[in-house]
Amino acid sequence: MRAVEPEIVVVDYGAGNLRSVAKALERLGASPRVTSDPRALLRARGVVLPGVGSSGTAMAALEERRLVEPLRELMARGTPFFGVCLGMQLLFQTSEEDPRPCLGILPGRVRRLPGGLKVPHMGWNQVALLRPHPVFQDVPSGSEFYFVHSYYGEPADASLALGTTDYGVTFCSAVARGNLVATQFHPEKSGPTGLRLYENFLRLLVLEEARPLPWR
Amino acid sequence: MLAKRIIPCLDVDAGRVVKGVRFLDHRDAGDPVELAAFYDREGADEVVFYDISASAQGRGIMRDVVARTAEQLFIPLAVGGGLRTVQDMRLMLKAGADKVSINTAAVQNPDLIGQGAAAFGRQCIVLGMDTLRVPGSSPPRWEVRTHTGRGGGRPTGLDAVEWAVRAVELGAGEIVVNSMDADGTQQGYDLDLLRAVSRAVSVPVVASGGAGDLEHLYQAIALGEADAVLAASIFHFRLYSIAQAKEYLAQRGVPVRRVPVPSGDR
Repeated sequence: MRAVEPEIVVVDYGAGNLRSVAKALERLGASPRVTSDPRALLRARGVVLPGVGSSGTAMAALEERRLVEPLRELMARGTPFFGVCLGMQLLFQTSEEDPRPCLGILPGRVRRLPGGLKVPHMGWNQVALLRPHPVFQDVPSGSEFYFVHSYYGEPADASLALGTTDYGVTFCSAVARGNLVATQFHPEKSGPTGLRLYENFLRLLVLEEARPLPWR
Repeated sequence: MLAKRIIPCLDVDAGRVVKGVRFLDHRDAGDPVELAAFYDREGADEVVFYDISASAQGRGIMRDVVARTAEQLFIPLAVGGGLRTVQDMRLMLKAGADKVSINTAAVQNPDLIGQGAAAFGRQCIVLGMDTLRVPGSSPPRWEVRTHTGRGGGRPTGLDAVEWAVRAVELGAGEIVVNSMDADGTQQGYDLDLLRAVSRAVSVPVVASGGAGDLEHLYQAIALGEADAVLAASIFHFRLYSIAQAKEYLAQRGVPVRRVPVPSGDR
């Protein structure tokens, strides 16, 4: 029994699908806090950055809420972090969608899906896993997840890629570095397979909780 | 490879599923929340609620239905019917819908498509289209109809393919193409219509209206070039399960999402 539940924060920056991410975490027994309070982010044991919308609008919203520095700081500390869809794209340096720079936590850029195919890439597609990762534990390579997007992140460092998906182009659909993981697809819309990723992420928080927190 | 989606559609009137839904177990067959969860477990790729409530009160109930469904549905949920303004869309999305579908309101006020896309992203905005084949037209043409809840609806003078192209330009992220000629006949989708729309637009096209058996689903994808198939009766009356539909399509080389095992059953 734990005296205090590890706090998990879903970052609220005015983008859509916050509630669906929170509901998925609640279904798994967590009590996520949906907030835009920078201090709550820095105190959190785990952070989820969801996202639907455009990168420029999202970065403006993060800046306006003074969330950019706290996000960089918590990722530098190694706080378990899960970026979803736009929340993955924002981790890179630049985006073809908007001249405004992104968070720049991962080297690389965000590109538009090539022409000739229907955009947005909408529906269930397979993710080929390139290496094992605790968040993908018990999730076979080739599992299907739900995608809705017109842009994708392209890491400059190929070793960041955790999974790839084919849609006209083979693009990076999941990245991981340390305790940071991010997916282009929506685990909260990907049925039992998607919920398993969040379940694994929550397990990671519990493991992390056993470690002392240097900033307290 | 992107899977072709299979989407059961539920018509909801003041919080109850209309069109009889036959069920094999004891669950409440008229409760959209229960039914959505059932189809999720069966492997549906998405669920659509279509609100046919005539009253404002009925539409208020719909938001509650969507909110309760979203608590337990972890696949995409699209909601259509009676949405007339950006605020109507916002309330439905806030309740937990992932996409909103507009039809008559978009014909009356095409700017609504762009306003919705600007506010929520084009991936949220689905254009629903009810169409009737123009008698004697060759090559075939189809006219968009509105207010189709009553009889044959009202003519608009809009050509279905041209309207689809314009809606995408305005910001629609997906087009649901319903053939009123085929709807309810169970004789198959209007494949010419599907193909014409699918080839004309750069966004996903969902086939609606006419599915009577699994071959019809296959034809909509293989011949109609649809990205997804929407069906009501064949699933509601348990003629086929979602799993059977996927198996049928997979055997014919159509990429489908395999039905996952819920995490409790490991």
